[in-house]
Amino acid sequence: MTEIAETVRAIVAEKAMVDLAEVSGDLPLAALGMDSLAVVETIFAIEEAFDIQIPVQGGDVGSVDLSTVGAMIRAVEGLVAQKAA
Amino acid sequence: MARVVITGSGAVTSLGRDAAQTMAAMAAGRVGIGALDIRDADRLIAPIGAQVKAWAPETMFTVREISLYDRATQFAVEAARQAVAQAGLDLPGEMAARAGVVLGTAGGGLGTTDDNYRAVYEERKDRVHPFTVPRLMHSAAVSHLSMIHGLRGPAFTVSTACASANHAMGLAFQMVRSGAAPVMLTGGAEAMLTFGGIKAWEGLRVMARSGCRPFSLNREGMVMGEGAAVLVFEDRDHALARGAKILAEVVGFAMASDAGDIVMPKQEGAEAVMRAALADAGMDPGAVGYINAHGTGTQANDRIESAAIRAVFGAAVPPVSSTKSMHGHCIGATGAVELLACLLALKDGILPPTMGWEAADPDCLEDVIPNAARRAEVEVVLSNAFAFGGLNAALVLRRA
Repeated sequence: MTEIAETVRAIVAEKAMVDLAEVSGDLPLAALGMDSLAVVETIFAIEEAFDIQIPVQGGDVGSVDLSTVGAMIRAVEGLVAQKAA
Repeated sequence: MARVVITGSGAVTSLGRDAAQTMAAMAAGRVGIGALDIRDADRLIAPIGAQVKAWAPETMFTVREISLYDRATQFAVEAARQAVAQAGLDLPGEMAARAGVVLGTAGGGLGTTDDNYRAVYEERKDRVHPFTVPRLMHSAAVSHLSMIHGLRGPAFTVSTACASANHAMGLAFQMVRSGAAPVMLTGGAEAMLTFGGIKAWEGLRVMARSGCRPFSLNREGMVMGEGAAVLVFEDRDHALARGAKILAEVVGFAMASDAGDIVMPKQEGAEAVMRAALADAGMDPGAVGYINAHGTGTQANDRIESAAIRAVFGAAVPPVSSTKSMHGHCIGATGAVELLACLLALKDGILPPTMGWEAADPDCLEDVIPNAARRAEVEVVLSNAFAFGGLNAALVLRRA
């Protein structure tokens, strides 16, 4: 697993208040008991950790798929790659 | 009209982690003022305060709660938990639908504001934590108390600077007395001991550098404190029916405005609110056995409050003290912390002292219970709060 994936999973585990082992890639965020507040807090923590901007505002997820932990990791990997380019 | 009693009390102050500890410290004359442990304290002119030390929210709240609770809200949540537990409240559905909460705060989530201003202005960050707004809003603590305790009746925050908690408790009293609510959680919470919060006060040149000495000739100003106190105000019949222990009865309240100056207090306004609170209680000044003064330790307040008390009570001024000398000026929460001093007087027959008093000021009251608590059986007490901007609120309590 990539360093990015590890960091995202750790953030999700902290914000969902679950064990890291429970955070698997195909799991929808809601299945971890995350409500909308937990999701926005997770987005903020990820932005801080990677110094990226996840384009989510006013509940509009837009082109970014954040439906599962795996989707979130791929989105972050894409944004980190864009930043590096 | 319903009679209104107090059946629960909780607190987090520099003097203790609950109401009992806080009251015991007041009885012992312990001073909670010391060197401030905050970021950039070395840039403060007067780096002292009555701080809640070794506060460890991570041991009391979940990660989610901490992300939503400013320090002021944390104090309020913990104080309310204690108050509800002491009251033994278990509100049935239809009762909870009418029960409510009204708290005072002058600054709301100031720590949150301070931290996020630093982030965007000083650290040049372009994003702040997503819960910045729900943390800093003045009404945050009230909302959390309503959610935690299932209170679905009137819930709102009162902000009248240093009189906030007295106004809040007075409104709670009126709502229970009128029958609008059977039970109200009430009091105040403040956490203004932030770098920005103290700097703002320093600007006014009213902060003491060495200590708080209310009514003393050599007093040099106020010392800020922080904390929360929450009380359960309850319809007496409701309390008796469920066998609750009654701590004291609230018998009178008044609010009155100076319509004078944005910072200087006015003797007429202070007099008017004390007279009106006693009239609301149906009592003469002679009934009062102890006054918890606003007593900030500033030149102006202590002189003018003394003159107002002399005018109302004439030749028979009861013992008066300022417990701010111990717990500091807790700003929007101070009236609620001072209500604990009133409970100490009524319940335990202990009049808390004015600590730090060193020399008589002819312009101030003669008997301010200097430097040591005193035993006295008192039936009735008066608690004053006089805010900047001339917003005055006074409560009258009677022994249960």
